[in-house]
Amino acid sequence: MPKLMGTVLLLLMVLPLSFGACSPNGIQSKKHTVTVAGSTSVMPFTEKLAEHFMVDHPDFVVEVQGGGSTAGIQACLNNTVNIGMSSRQLKGEEKILNQIILCYDGISFVVNPKNPISALSLKDVRDIFSGKIKNWSELGWIDRRIDAVTREEGSGTRGSFEELVMKGEEIDDGIMVQDSNGSVKEVVATDPYAIGYVSLGLVDAKVKAVTIDGIGPSIDTIKLGEYKIVRPFLYVTHGELDDSGKEFVYFALSEAGQNVLKKEGLIGAYD
Amino acid sequence: MIKKAFSKEHFVKLVLISFALSSLLFLFLIFVFILAEGLPLFHKIGLKNIIFGFKWAPTKGSFGIFPMIVSSFLVTIGALIIGAPLGLSCAIYLSEYSGKRLKLFLKPALELLAGIPSVVYGFLGVIYIVPLVRIYFGGPGFSLLATSVILGVMILPTVISISFDALMSVPKTYREGSFAMGATKWQTIYKVIIPSARSGILASFILGMGRAIGETMAVIMVAGNALRIPTSILDPLRTLTSNIALELAYATGDHRLGLFSTGVVLLVIIMTLNYIANFAIKRRVLK
Repeated sequence: MPKLMGTVLLLLMVLPLSFGACSPNGIQSKKHTVTVAGSTSVMPFTEKLAEHFMVDHPDFVVEVQGGGSTAGIQACLNNTVNIGMSSRQLKGEEKILNQIILCYDGISFVVNPKNPISALSLKDVRDIFSGKIKNWSELGWIDRRIDAVTREEGSGTRGSFEELVMKGEEIDDGIMVQDSNGSVKEVVATDPYAIGYVSLGLVDAKVKAVTIDGIGPSIDTIKLGEYKIVRPFLYVTHGELDDSGKEFVYFALSEAGQNVLKKEGLIGAYD
Repeated sequence: MIKKAFSKEHFVKLVLISFALSSLLFLFLIFVFILAEGLPLFHKIGLKNIIFGFKWAPTKGSFGIFPMIVSSFLVTIGALIIGAPLGLSCAIYLSEYSGKRLKLFLKPALELLAGIPSVVYGFLGVIYIVPLVRIYFGGPGFSLLATSVILGVMILPTVISISFDALMSVPKTYREGSFAMGATKWQTIYKVIIPSARSGILASFILGMGRAIGETMAVIMVAGNALRIPTSILDPLRTLTSNIALELAYATGDHRLGLFSTGVVLLVIIMTLNYIANFAIKRRVLK
């Protein structure tokens, strides 16, 4: 009995070694796999698209991962994924990738529903985030510090925010930083004195979107070109896509795919 | 027959050695990797500009992490202020007062505390501690105070288990001697046991500090991550670890290297702490 135990123990010790040697790739699946990775802003919408796509195309598996715009672009450059997702424009050497505009997204400024302020000017917002306006009393509410929340350096949403709103001014060091649309929304939803910015598609009853220069963020105002804080959501590919990847992109750009996105509060690529 | 047994013994020994060395290899690889990625930027930007720089704007060429170094130490000290008295009291109760049966129940329960994933602590912090701080103390709630409370609880298992071991290793004769001199139980604990276990208790605090300074997920969730040195305990702040985890996903080029440099600084701090703790423990053993 002890001898048997010894053998088992030995086997257990050697087992991990053998895993390294033979990879589980031996099992061939008949399904076509498309891997998509990148921006956490685009990810929830790609997941929705993938769900609908896989219903119509049972032979396909679409794997969607987050990681961030830059990570997605890098993964695409290294050919580790078929499609990269980006919520910002490509820069520098990234431009060798093909870009497909999936849709457009508005960035809305959100405050807690308890906050009576519902209109701000673009300059107000810029001053809040550059640290010039620090107190809600300066905007006509109570005497309380503003708890502004921004996104982390390198985020696609922050990149678009800096470009469209800050216009060269620096975001103040005392501003809080959260690492996803979801966390920003959570902070604003729980803190009555907070202000942050998130994708238009993620605005719901938990937070209140404020109007900027008198224009509220909505699909209509964006289509009319009145609401200006808009950025594209991109799919990027390195060279020619394989057939299964193409099939997914065709679906995303088709009327059915675009309707899925519109239902989520985004603005179609052709509008 | 004997020879066969020997060869099997030998084989087992070989396997065990190779596994033991592989863990050392991992340590070595991590070290080499972080240094290789992190040091070039020190060369390019300058050690002083990174460690004593106040401005962190990696996409615009500023890599100052001084506020984060200060913040890391602040949350660590905050965690100690909350965790050390609690942990030490618990360890004293466990080793000196509690009966065998209670000890049998309390110790595993405390070890369970160590097994709770940090994201759960962070989540509880966001849901309960942060709003409490905001309502009763002011500020955004995401603050030095909230982070210290969460970290203070998180270092409890480390502080308790190591100082408990230190207290238990004080020979029974010390206690008996003290009682024989007419000292009360608390006098014995305060004047005899704690002083003799001093270095072990100190080591438990230092290892607790190491745990607090290295904690990432819970800190990101409750610290607010602002880039400035906090001026009050109600201000948000960003530690070295959260800086790395927060920005790594989107970082490229120099920005990425900057995060590795942050990692190098963190590595040096944690190694120093561990070295000091080991030194404290060793001194006790040698005595």
